[in-house]
Amino acid sequence: MSGAASVEALRVLPGAAPQKAFRDALGESGLYPLRATGIGVLQINVGKVCNQTCKHCHVDAGPNRRESMSRETAELCMRALERTAIPVVDITGGAPEINPNFRWLVERSKSLGRHVMDRCNLTILSTEPQRDLAEFLAAHEVEVVASLPYFQARETDSQRGDGVFDKSVEALRKLNSLGYGKPGSRLKLNLVYNPVGAFLPPAQKALEADFRRELLRRHGVEFHSLYTITNMPISRFLDFLHGSGNYDRYMSRLISSYNAGAAASVMCRSTLSVGWDGALYDCDFNQMVEMPVLDGRARHIRDFDEALLAGREIAVGQHCYGCTAGAGSSCTGTVA
Amino acid sequence: MAGYYHQEDLARFGEMGKNAPELWKKFNEWYGAVFAEGALTTREKNLIALAVAHAVQCPYCIDAYTTASLEAGSNSDQMTEAVHVAAAIKGGAALVHGLQMRNAVDKVSM
Repeated sequence: MSGAASVEALRVLPGAAPQKAFRDALGESGLYPLRATGIGVLQINVGKVCNQTCKHCHVDAGPNRRESMSRETAELCMRALERTAIPVVDITGGAPEINPNFRWLVERSKSLGRHVMDRCNLTILSTEPQRDLAEFLAAHEVEVVASLPYFQARETDSQRGDGVFDKSVEALRKLNSLGYGKPGSRLKLNLVYNPVGAFLPPAQKALEADFRRELLRRHGVEFHSLYTITNMPISRFLDFLHGSGNYDRYMSRLISSYNAGAAASVMCRSTLSVGWDGALYDCDFNQMVEMPVLDGRARHIRDFDEALLAGREIAVGQHCYGCTAGAGSSCTGTVA
Repeated sequence: MAGYYHQEDLARFGEMGKNAPELWKKFNEWYGAVFAEGALTTREKNLIALAVAHAVQCPYCIDAYTTASLEAGSNSDQMTEAVHVAAAIKGGAALVHGLQMRNAVDKVSM
């Protein structure tokens, strides 16, 4: 389902139960219109190409996708970055490492003194062209934010594909061997949990303790933090919700779990998201539902204007309930 | 009426507050306190609730506490073991009543 179609389905699904508009929920919390509070993270989505086809993927990424950031657009991103003091560059995809400009983006960002995060699916480390990737990431002290929906194979493989868990453990062991995830190490290794189904994530700290105990006990794997992320009702996960008859129930769960505290701290308020083609968005989810930044004067990285974007009004839709349910959800886990 | 149980009725549970709002309020306060984190974790309490739901064979409770257990971080292995605990107690409870039968047999037998 395309991004635009995904938003349309959220609005007009035949037979769907009436939903309170997200902007009304924000309004009741005194947060509408929602405004950015600055740009602390430049999140660059370098494309939709991936070696995996995960069932919940909000990017609808996979091996057959062709959208990939060009060198010209990557250079525009770095030109924008060098004009600011934005401290964090968060590189995502797809599998971002497949993009031919990934390593250049890392090197350039690091030369500008910025902290770099790589949203890594782990299995990419065992593909032939990326055999030296772990060493490259370690040499540049890139923070690895790795997807691992569970500490057992059955749940992980059911979401991410057969054999993914074993390859992920192999990759984690390699990262550990380079110093990633070790207590006190500067090489940060954080894991990302997504529910394997139509339910909300468990409490982050309690689940982190389970992951830490079980991954160490069963596989000798260590990591720093676990981030729990709610599945967004867009793209491939939205298809699953419709196909399995879980749509109304899941949306009701998100809406009834709206937390004003989480809404006040949503990541879009401090993030700017760049698409593979240079288009600007408030977050990676808005990117996938094709909702660009509202201010028409800066909708492409070539028109980047920090003063204009740092306090921008943020575009919101029904999918935003995914970031405000319960303890909230962001690319770095809970927010409330 | 097509059947006695309807999935959508779970969301209408609050309608039981009609006619007896004070009792409903008390029930809700007590229920909330029972499931709050205490000497047992919320995860443990949800697993107990899931097991009891099977013992009392309440489809609404099974539905609700399956989701609650998943959202508390339990996995399907743990949840299946909890159901086995309920089943074992149910089965054992039936079997131990066999002693009533033995007693009755003894009483009427020569």
